[in-house]
Amino acid sequence: MEIAKALASATILAACTFGSASAAELVVGFSQIGSESGWRAAETTLTKQQAEQRGIDLKFADAQQKQENQIKAVRSFIAQGVNAILLAPVVATGWDEVLQEAKDAEIPVVLLDRTVDSSKDLYLTAVTSDLVHEGSVAGKWLVDTTAGKPCNVVELQGTTGSSPAIDRKKGFEQALSGHDNLKIVRSQTGDFTRTKGKEVMESFLKAEDGGKNICALYAHNDDMAVGAIQAIKEAGLKPGKDILVVSIDAVPDIFQAMAAGEANATVELTPNMAGPAFDALAAFQKDGTAPPKWIQTESKLYTQADEPLKVYEEKKGLGY
Amino acid sequence: MISDVRLYLNRLLPQLIALCVIVAAVSLVFPGFLSLEIQNGRLYGSLVDILNRGAPVVLLAIGMTVVIATKGIDLSVGAVMAICGATAAASITSGHSLAATLLITLCVGVLCGIWNGLLVAVLDIQPIIATLVLMVAGRGIAQLITEGAILTFNDPGLIFVGSGSFAGLPMPVVIWLVFGALVAALVRRTALGMLIEAIGINRRASTLSGVLTPVLLVAAYVLSGVCAAIAGIIAAADIRGADANNAGLWLELDAILAVVVGGTSLLGGRFSIAASVLGAIIIQAINTGILLSGFPPEFNLIIKAGIIVFILVLQAPRFRTAFAFLVPARGARKPTERAAK
Repeated sequence: MEIAKALASATILAACTFGSASAAELVVGFSQIGSESGWRAAETTLTKQQAEQRGIDLKFADAQQKQENQIKAVRSFIAQGVNAILLAPVVATGWDEVLQEAKDAEIPVVLLDRTVDSSKDLYLTAVTSDLVHEGSVAGKWLVDTTAGKPCNVVELQGTTGSSPAIDRKKGFEQALSGHDNLKIVRSQTGDFTRTKGKEVMESFLKAEDGGKNICALYAHNDDMAVGAIQAIKEAGLKPGKDILVVSIDAVPDIFQAMAAGEANATVELTPNMAGPAFDALAAFQKDGTAPPKWIQTESKLYTQADEPLKVYEEKKGLGY
Repeated sequence: MISDVRLYLNRLLPQLIALCVIVAAVSLVFPGFLSLEIQNGRLYGSLVDILNRGAPVVLLAIGMTVVIATKGIDLSVGAVMAICGATAAASITSGHSLAATLLITLCVGVLCGIWNGLLVAVLDIQPIIATLVLMVAGRGIAQLITEGAILTFNDPGLIFVGSGSFAGLPMPVVIWLVFGALVAALVRRTALGMLIEAIGINRRASTLSGVLTPVLLVAAYVLSGVCAAIAGIIAAADIRGADANNAGLWLELDAILAVVVGGTSLLGGRFSIAASVLGAIIIQAINTGILLSGFPPEFNLIIKAGIIVFILVLQAPRFRTAFAFLVPARGARKPTERAAK
């Protein structure tokens, strides 16, 4: 019995040593903001998946929306002597000191999804999406789809004054400029929520001749589009046919709507920010090639032709 | 009897005037505002939208009126809406019947109310602090139930509660009309309303004169919880999903505002449920009007605040005194007349 136990523990010990030996190539600490939205939860899931695929030992810390927790987490990563740190900063300011500590310890820091107001030499690179570009991808889709036909567009903005709302509006308008057939006739905030998206769309429909005057809807996120689709249906119109629907984010529910023919296109804000970050880190560890200071993630356009049900199944399990 | 009706209308006069002015102003900016038509067997138009979109705040305001009349306040209603919406969605997706789902959700609302009521009535914590606990914790509880995601459902019965129609009116409107009438009848056709006012004016004196203050206080918060539960079900059914982050967000403030616009004092005492309902409709009329007017969204809150300040000024005793001085009051307005002298 004793021998069996000793053997077993020896095997486990060996397995552990071997396991850590292969994973010891890279130990990465990840300080996540929290799980305030479905997208954030999906980002966490994907980061863990990506780390596992690459055999990276990921140490995860959830900051529950608090900067002090993130600073604590980064300090503890430094103390543990990790090879690199991923940081999704909850706010833009106040990072200089802890980033300097990481730099002094020669641990590269990669920012995920958001940036900081610190000197650029304090971090290796930032992996983020370009919000203006997302808006212009959506705008370009509409320009191509309408192909010169006159079209009145209504816009559901995000929370007034938030940077996604400002930038996604800007990008969309940039894509539309020079195409006089497309006109934004109404633009209101839907606060990024389904409830407000539905309420505001109801009033758009009333204000524009029962919706007969509207040819397309552009929503700054999918949730508002999902709410608006219900409003369009309740007004007796067919979303996706009578009124084209294009939005941004690519959350699972919009793919269900696309499969049902009720939404036309969505631009993905990819939750896979960690993949490009790990690639950059691997290259940096291998021969010291420093990546550019900003890595822009792809803003992929999905339409009804992209097997929406299949994408829905893929995305469903990510924790959105 | 006729003088009763006149007194009643007199009480609601400022709110009715405000509502008429807002409706008139919006229909000037947007001519189609007043048009009503029958579409798919239900009334369709902006006026119906106001009644329909206003449903959650109307329901919250009904409960809030009674709580405020006891000199309390219930900050947790928005969070209770989120909890109850999440409960309804979780229950229906896990295969319970519609009746069971509604019952469970209402019970959760009652529980939330009992929690608030016990903190206020038994532990004697100030209402604003006591209900703040659930306001902060509630959204977390709701997120635990939905596991952080928007929990969607496709049960036709539950969806009917949010977007079905009965006798040509949207279901939410029917629900708040019936529920409001029930509560108003309960407090005004019995001595209950008077006892609630007594607690609000002087809790100690009412206890000493034999009113069961703790029981009534808990009952007031339970009513508020039930109102929030119904509002939560409607909000979730409307979008076919429970959004723990956003359902009922800041609606407690709109409900308090509705009560104040309705002319009930935050210091407790005399209250009117009909006036609070009108207050909630006024707020929604402003919201819908702003959406229809086509102003840039940056102006939304400024316009809303301006109109509300105007309505509150209309109700201010000093303004009314000055007004009564300018326009000689008739017999029904003895207090103002006296004040004018």
